[in-house]
Amino acid sequence: MTLLRTAPPTAIFGLLVLAATLLIGLFAPLVAPYGETEIVGAEYLPWSAEHPLGTDNLGRDMLSRMIFGARNTVGLALLTTGIAFSVGAALGMFAALKGGWVDQLMSRAVDVLMAVPPLILALMLLAIIGPSIPNMVGVIAVIYLAPVFRLSRAAAMNVVALDFIGAARLRGEGTVWLLRREILPNISSTLVAEAGLRFCFVFLFIAALSFLGIGIQPPTADWGSMVKENATLITFGDVTPLIPAGAIALLTVSINFIVDWMLHRASGLKS
Amino acid sequence: MTQFTSFAAPSRRGFLAGSAAAGLALGMGLTPARAAEPQKGGTLRVGFTQGSTSDSLDPATYSNDFMFATSYAVFSTLVEIAPDGSAKPDLAESYEATPDAATWTFRLRDDATFSDGKTVAAKDVVASIRHHMGEQSKSGVKPLLEQIADIKADGDNVVVFTLKSGNADFPFIFNDYHLTIRQDRGDGTIDPDSRIGTGGYVIEAFEPGVRIELVRRDDYWKQGAAHFDKVVILKVGDAAARMNALMTGEVDLIDRPDLKTIHMLERNPNVRIHTQDGTLHYTMPMHVNTAPFDDVNVRMALKHAIDREAIVQKVLKGYGTVGNDHPIASSMPFYNADLEQHAYDPEKARHYLGKAGLDSLDVTLHTADAALNGAVDASVLFSEAAKAAGINVGVSREPDDGYWSNVWLQKPFCTSYWGGRPTPDLMFSAGYAAGADWNDTNWQNERFNELLVAARAELDQGRRAEMYGEMQKLCQTDGGALIPAFGQYVSAMNQKVQTPEKVSEMWDLDSQRFIERWWLA
Amino acid sequence: MTRLQKLILSRLALGVVTLFAVSALMFVGIELLPGDLAQQILGQSATAETLAAFRAELGLDQPPHLRYLDWLSGVVQGDFGQSLASRRDVAELLSTRLANTMFLAAYAAVIAVPIAVVLGLLAALWRNTLFDRSANIGALSAISMPEFFVAYLLILVFSIKLGWFPTLARIDSVDTLGGALHATFLPALTLILVVIAHMMRMTRAAIINVLAAPYIEMARLKGVPRWRVVLRHALPNALAPIINVIALNLAYLIVGVVVVEVVFSYPGLGQLLVDAVASRDFPVVQAVGLFFAGTYILLNVAADILSILSNPRLRHGR
Repeated sequence: MTLLRTAPPTAIFGLLVLAATLLIGLFAPLVAPYGETEIVGAEYLPWSAEHPLGTDNLGRDMLSRMIFGARNTVGLALLTTGIAFSVGAALGMFAALKGGWVDQLMSRAVDVLMAVPPLILALMLLAIIGPSIPNMVGVIAVIYLAPVFRLSRAAAMNVVALDFIGAARLRGEGTVWLLRREILPNISSTLVAEAGLRFCFVFLFIAALSFLGIGIQPPTADWGSMVKENATLITFGDVTPLIPAGAIALLTVSINFIVDWMLHRASGLKS
Repeated sequence: MTQFTSFAAPSRRGFLAGSAAAGLALGMGLTPARAAEPQKGGTLRVGFTQGSTSDSLDPATYSNDFMFATSYAVFSTLVEIAPDGSAKPDLAESYEATPDAATWTFRLRDDATFSDGKTVAAKDVVASIRHHMGEQSKSGVKPLLEQIADIKADGDNVVVFTLKSGNADFPFIFNDYHLTIRQDRGDGTIDPDSRIGTGGYVIEAFEPGVRIELVRRDDYWKQGAAHFDKVVILKVGDAAARMNALMTGEVDLIDRPDLKTIHMLERNPNVRIHTQDGTLHYTMPMHVNTAPFDDVNVRMALKHAIDREAIVQKVLKGYGTVGNDHPIASSMPFYNADLEQHAYDPEKARHYLGKAGLDSLDVTLHTADAALNGAVDASVLFSEAAKAAGINVGVSREPDDGYWSNVWLQKPFCTSYWGGRPTPDLMFSAGYAAGADWNDTNWQNERFNELLVAARAELDQGRRAEMYGEMQKLCQTDGGALIPAFGQYVSAMNQKVQTPEKVSEMWDLDSQRFIERWWLA
Repeated sequence: MTRLQKLILSRLALGVVTLFAVSALMFVGIELLPGDLAQQILGQSATAETLAAFRAELGLDQPPHLRYLDWLSGVVQGDFGQSLASRRDVAELLSTRLANTMFLAAYAAVIAVPIAVVLGLLAALWRNTLFDRSANIGALSAISMPEFFVAYLLILVFSIKLGWFPTLARIDSVDTLGGALHATFLPALTLILVVIAHMMRMTRAAIINVLAAPYIEMARLKGVPRWRVVLRHALPNALAPIINVIALNLAYLIVGVVVVEVVFSYPGLGQLLVDAVASRDFPVVQAVGLFFAGTYILLNVAADILSILSNPRLRHGR
């Protein structure tokens, strides 16, 4: 709690938004006035007491879909970034530390993966294995693993070149110890900054996939696909697509406020 | 040629005009009247949804609107579907049949020329049609041509088709966009990539999947057609981009505007929405030889558990009409208007379920938006509506890629669509006849198949109407196709674009012949 | 410097190996995709007989490994073959698309990279000021909307309301550089908005990270001005991650812009690749895929070399 008291207002705002999103997502069935796929009335009803955000193109309650969307969207993004970062960062640091052929082999494998454009890779992989939600998490995690690997390797290489790593090696410290105690703390701020963005890129990636025809399976609600479903309305000045887009933006900004605060603390500056 | 004149067969032209006059519910001509006199000149810029880098000029491989429209502008066909639905000779000057409708003679115009100046000869027609026949052919129209036993050129101007059995509707086939006439290379084959055609336009630039630029031919042989000086078709795949480009005046005509926002597009004073009733319909074929669909009561239960009105309103946004579980559109000849309309009735569905000895039913509906834009939404609506009848329709979304190969014809219950066929015979033969390649319900109704063969060679229009009427009823009450809705073709255009009073409604945009038939004010 | 030359050579050699791996991967991918070219083109109208005829004509009835080796032997001799679908030479098919893609990427990069780096530096220099916060929030908002949505918003404002720029980036219809820049302004702006935030934030983070180091403290205690500390002491040591993130974003501008191409109907390589994958047109997929992979590899080799040059410790080794 002392931690929170020192937090700047932006970070507190971010934490509040994140907590609210998580809670709403967690208790979606209790909070939402209607079911996720339930057809409750005519399509495109205006905002009213009964349907605070109106209804969508099939007559489903927009607010309920936003609430269930929070659960699906944040859950997916958490899972995907979690996998990509834990695996990607570990491998990247390991490669930087080991160097030599281990580094070469891993870097080249990642190069192959990254050399195929991500959207194309996702389209192909999902067309092969089928666009179910677990498959999508897996595919996006694999795609994001590569840049995380590269970034953590690059950042770790700078650290590895420093004298204290040599000293630790001479002390006879093990690889895992070096990774966790010497390298990770020194590159964590770079990683955290990246994670904040990557987390939000997951929604956008899913939105782009639905734009190209493979996204989250209907009738499941998620914010990225909801932007796509209603996107054409914006060219006529209708604000409907701004609701899910705004939700994504709010969450992105909030998470990055938190990230900035952690970054600031990690850098140890007292400015 | 002389050997046929003695038979004095009725000209197909007069004959179909007759059937139209007999009031066979030809639902055409609802397009508002426009400036009557077509004007020459101007550039038409079109934004099309479809079009792919894999497109080529090879007529065997046409698979999207971009190429259909291009094909009709640059090349011509023996016969075209006129706005009144009849098969009007185009490159042919006239055609006639023997009384058994098994031998057809097409006489070619003698003024028709290719864009390189050569006159169109019978051997060109033979080579062009042969391109789609035989073992080597990969053409999409191949199954339709299997009825042809022999094609012969009789001199320079006459082509004779001998059929395996009589077919009164045979000339309609030649409107097909695949069957454009190309030049014989001299060895009885055509060069599929050649740009030399007989149409009103020549290709100035063509980048597949991006754009095509067409310029009017000065020496075009057809009078009163091809009014634009220049036509540019752009592929604009994204619906919002198409509508934006129309609003900013970067294109004059777009196909498939987004139905969700079309009411807002309509408010733009420079924009006009154009609709055609057409023959496009959405189907959910059930394999009638696979449980549980092998029980006609199960089929009838499902046919009453779907809310057709909701699909027309919510998926088609009102741009369509409810279907009645047979594939004949109200705009087609021989439409049976007396059939009772199937409607959403959970009680009736339960009743049929009871007759099948079931209290509840679990089925899986395989779907993808490849089947039609909105198929997934329609399936979700079906699933919600069927719950009231104790039927659980599980919606399984399949990948768009490979849908036609891996799902359609393979899965016992899926979503699909049929585009236009000008006559009931062509429609039934393609998708409902026993043994047809695309019989997607595996339906084998003996009476239906007898009638199909009999009606095909029948020349008495009253008898034919009776037969096709009964076939529609058989489809509706016994067939495996659940046909919830017929969709309208919707396009949007700048107010400058003028259409004739009557357009051909079979396919979108004057059956894709708009380049030759429309003009700018 | 010979050490560096050796490094460059070995990286390029490895790049060639990577390209082989990519081409094999793409080939296997296309083989695994449901449906083949014949099925994709014939679509609903396919019958067993027409499919067989089509496959025989295309040589798709040959076993996969033979087809791959056949293609590979052509490529080694500099022949990328013909598109299976349109029978056009792949090299010819690619050339205009390639020029379009590079033009748009260069347009966006020339504007985005300097702005991003300068903004990042300023944000680090004026940390936690109003400038830092607003630059941050602005950049984050720009990237937190899907690309196509940003594009729609720009079209709404600049095309429909103001009428300044076209909605279709028809680069084929203009013949001057100015015309081309005007026609492609909106797609370029979309891309700029999309890539700027990532580079800016990484620049800021990398600089701040270095600012905690003892030698910065030292410099500051010596009374060196803040801007000088950031520019002369922090920046050179933060260059490696910045260069890397720039390389990633440049690669993105070339290989990852398919959505923007679709919205603006811009005939670039991304749409070509999506079309080719959709129709399973293997020679085209391979050619575009290899170009993308090659671009990516070269940019990364360049980034690594620049990182090494920027870090004396890495430059001289131990």
